[in-house]
Amino acid sequence: MSKKNWPLWEIFVRSKNGLEHRHFGSLHAADAEMALENARDVYTRRNEGVSIWVTESKHITASNPENNGELFEPAQDKVYRHPTFTIYQTK
Amino acid sequence: MKENLYNYILGIADNSLILGQRMGELCGHGPSLETDIACTNISLDLLGQVRSYFQYAAKIAGDDRTEDDIAMLRKERDYKNVLLVEQPNLNFAHTIGRQFLFDVYHLAFLAELQKSTDLTLSAIANKCIKEVSYHERFSSDWVKRLGDGTSESKEKIQEAINDLWTYTDELFHQTKADKATVLESVGVDVTKLKDDYYKRVKDLLEEATLKIPDSKWFQKGGKEGIHTEHLGYLLTDLQYMQRTYPNMEW
Repeated sequence: MSKKNWPLWEIFVRSKNGLEHRHFGSLHAADAEMALENARDVYTRRNEGVSIWVTESKHITASNPENNGELFEPAQDKVYRHPTFTIYQTK
Repeated sequence: MKENLYNYILGIADNSLILGQRMGELCGHGPSLETDIACTNISLDLLGQVRSYFQYAAKIAGDDRTEDDIAMLRKERDYKNVLLVEQPNLNFAHTIGRQFLFDVYHLAFLAELQKSTDLTLSAIANKCIKEVSYHERFSSDWVKRLGDGTSESKEKIQEAINDLWTYTDELFHQTKADKATVLESVGVDVTKLKDDYYKRVKDLLEEATLKIPDSKWFQKGGKEGIHTEHLGYLLTDLQYMQRTYPNMEW
């Protein structure tokens, strides 16, 4: 038997009352159609979802953890960027 | 008690029960995590259907028999499933081939059962058909993938279809209960499903680049309780808990 694995797919499911698709996990499948069927069986068998998106993991571009400093740290001391920061004066 | 109706329901339900048990055997043993869960889901769908049928059968029996008694405590000869569904999981191609050859029939059967004048049966069929539509999609997709896959997968699915072909004709045999319930517009006339069945199966096998077996010799007996040797072993598994710990519940 071939040891070659099917490619990895990322699965996004929109829950019944959810407004957007959320990342549920990943699984292996030979193509998109099989990924949908597998996602249906693996992630929605307990009535979790009303819609599924699948995309091959290789198509996802991720940020590099090594760059976390320059990417995310500058935001840490800027709490005033939260909308709750502003105090509205009420009479 | 309406004996014909009771036996008719058992004939339908036993197919799902035995096939459900077969698919359940793959729990933890499927070729990959994804197909393992898919097979187990199919098994659970089928067992859920069986519950509806046996609850109805128990009501018709009208004695103290429960759905569990009917499912778990009959002897081999009292199971009326077709021989096809009791065939073992020799490999994934056999599992898929068996599922496909049954699903095509099952889907056509339920479409007709929805029209039954028996409102309970028609309601059960109405609920089951969505599940079975998915089973048929799953198994026919896999027949295509295996047939049109590697030379090894093609060889295995062809072998499975060739081996299982001999059990297909029995799907369209009528029992005494079949004939009686068809007269009352309760049962489905399975003889009328045969042409469409073979057409659908042959079309898909062609699409899967597989050869259609030309064997004209068919096995039969399951519907009358005469089974292949495999059913006995399956039942010892299925019935073990109830036989060892009578009336146990969980």
